[in-house]
Amino acid sequence: MTTLADAGTGRAATSRIDRFGVVIAIFLIGALALPFATLRATRIASGTGLRLFEALPVTVTATVLVVLAAAIGVALSSRRPAVRLALGALALAALALAAGAAGAHLMPDDNPYARIAPASGFWVALFGASMLVTDASVRLKLGPAGRIVALAVTAALIAGLFASGAWSHLSIVAEYRNRADVFWREAINHVILAAGSLAAAIAIGLPLGILAYEVRAVRDPLINVLNIVQTIPSMALFGILIAPLGWIAMNVPGAHAIGIRGIGMAPAFLALFLYSLLPMVANTVVGLNGVSRAVVDAARGMGLTGRQRLFQVEMPLALPVLLTGIRIALVQNIGLATVAALIGGGGFGVFLFQGLGQTATDLILLGALPPVALAFAAAVVLDAVIEISGRGKA
Amino acid sequence: MKRDMIRTGTILRLLVFAALLAFLLAPDRFAGLLAPLTNNGAPAIYNQGTLLDLTLSHLVTVGLSTVAAAIVAIGLAIFVTRPAGAEFLALSRAIVNIGQTFPPVAVLALSVPIMGFGEGPTRMALFLYGLLPIFENTLVGLSTLPPAVVETASAMGMTGRQRLLKVELPLAMPLIIEGIRLSAVIGLATATIGSTVAAKGLGEVIVAGLLSNNLAFIVQGGVITGVLAVLISDGFEAVAHRMAKRRGATRQADPDGQQSGA
Repeated sequence: MTTLADAGTGRAATSRIDRFGVVIAIFLIGALALPFATLRATRIASGTGLRLFEALPVTVTATVLVVLAAAIGVALSSRRPAVRLALGALALAALALAAGAAGAHLMPDDNPYARIAPASGFWVALFGASMLVTDASVRLKLGPAGRIVALAVTAALIAGLFASGAWSHLSIVAEYRNRADVFWREAINHVILAAGSLAAAIAIGLPLGILAYEVRAVRDPLINVLNIVQTIPSMALFGILIAPLGWIAMNVPGAHAIGIRGIGMAPAFLALFLYSLLPMVANTVVGLNGVSRAVVDAARGMGLTGRQRLFQVEMPLALPVLLTGIRIALVQNIGLATVAALIGGGGFGVFLFQGLGQTATDLILLGALPPVALAFAAAVVLDAVIEISGRGKA
Repeated sequence: MKRDMIRTGTILRLLVFAALLAFLLAPDRFAGLLAPLTNNGAPAIYNQGTLLDLTLSHLVTVGLSTVAAAIVAIGLAIFVTRPAGAEFLALSRAIVNIGQTFPPVAVLALSVPIMGFGEGPTRMALFLYGLLPIFENTLVGLSTLPPAVVETASAMGMTGRQRLLKVELPLAMPLIIEGIRLSAVIGLATATIGSTVAAKGLGEVIVAGLLSNNLAFIVQGGVITGVLAVLISDGFEAVAHRMAKRRGATRQADPDGQQSGA
């Protein structure tokens, strides 16, 4: 009689119309009433919204409408996840191609500064189709390897669309073209900030976590302090760290030479390192605590020393929880590294904050979408790795 | 001994709160303390508006968005755990998982093209992002109730609504409060960044310090925001702890339950 037990029967008992499909249909049909693309005379001018049939040649409009109608039909009537996934993916592909086609179709010959960007109708339809794909993927229960393959295929398709020039008339691609060199430099900075600080946090956090697990007196104070650090807003922590690092750069011989500055990458790196310590230390303690007493006793009975027990028995068994700590820290770092640009630390945030400063929407997107994609990809890959590492373990 | 530790912690927090209040009410008295961080005779205390005003509007922004997010998120979580909303359960879980990989600063920046500059995008980003932890925690709270308790409630003849209001929600409350805490902490951090899109708040002080190269501004903005976040987070934790204790239902937070600022 619990609510969740009712849930299973509730689904079977509902009528033939899928209520989730109705939601998808509302999104996809609603999207048609909104502008599909925006045309601006320059990159920061205000734009005119154009609806699907205004933004695209008739044949393309018809194709998109047919695909969306098919997706709605399947969402409403078919219960088979594979079919729903296929139609959802087809709708996503149609939208992606149509956005590029709108760019090519709308680009005026006499104004090379004109900008075309997908508008609200595109994004709403994209969200609707993504929900269909997400729901179908959840119901398909893809295994970890399948999820990584799906991610790789999606990434390859997006890269292919970029390389093929299908999107070359879109404004965000124009923003990218204008600063391609800087883009990749900041991309590397972003990865160094996010992954480098995590690597440092793993190197320090694992031993600290083991220490906290072995010595109870260390555990609570250490976790408490790291909890407080985690609570401090990133902009505040970046700012607070500027003062001591600036002092060190000025007064400690050699510090300046190895790149320590008050402003720039150093305070951002240090802050991200401090933020990552909590998930590392806390998950090491939780993971080691979760190893069953019986296993540890058996290892002791086999004559393993404390060190052998730790490295050959306890750590391998705690691995999934340790990896979960790494996942939390990495996803969080990829997001927080975006804020580093405010203190001159570089990363994708450079474009995001420049875009905000110039009210250039597409530059904002150029700075905001890569960290979103990176964090999402990191989460999918690490979730899969965690699942694989947890197999056959209690 | 444990009780002594808690007392020390409480006294420490009260002292920190008193210091914060003193600084906000009469910041000029502390000018001497911050003066060494300035150069070329720059002001030591932020002077484009009082720190108290900025703090209050920061708190109002976060408070309003968090309350709105809590109402919507708890409502949605109740809906998907009832038979009527069950078909949305798996999808809503997936959306929350995906949504939480979105950096809050990206959500903030992406709200600007839709909402324009000012308080709007900050409130929208705080609301949208704030939904996720509250929804997730409410869902976990409502779907991991001890079956015996729920069955007893049904056996006592409680209706679905009575069971929800008198049994399920009260039992899930510590976890829900924890979700609201996470949401508020993330909100405080995101609202700080909101100053870069012209929302009135404490981030303004840090941004002004960065632009004019005034370390005193950066430090005071950073310390006020940091202290506020820690005190508010501790406050929520204390409430959740008390509730859990009173109900005797001690539930351990799961290892991947933590989430941080923006």
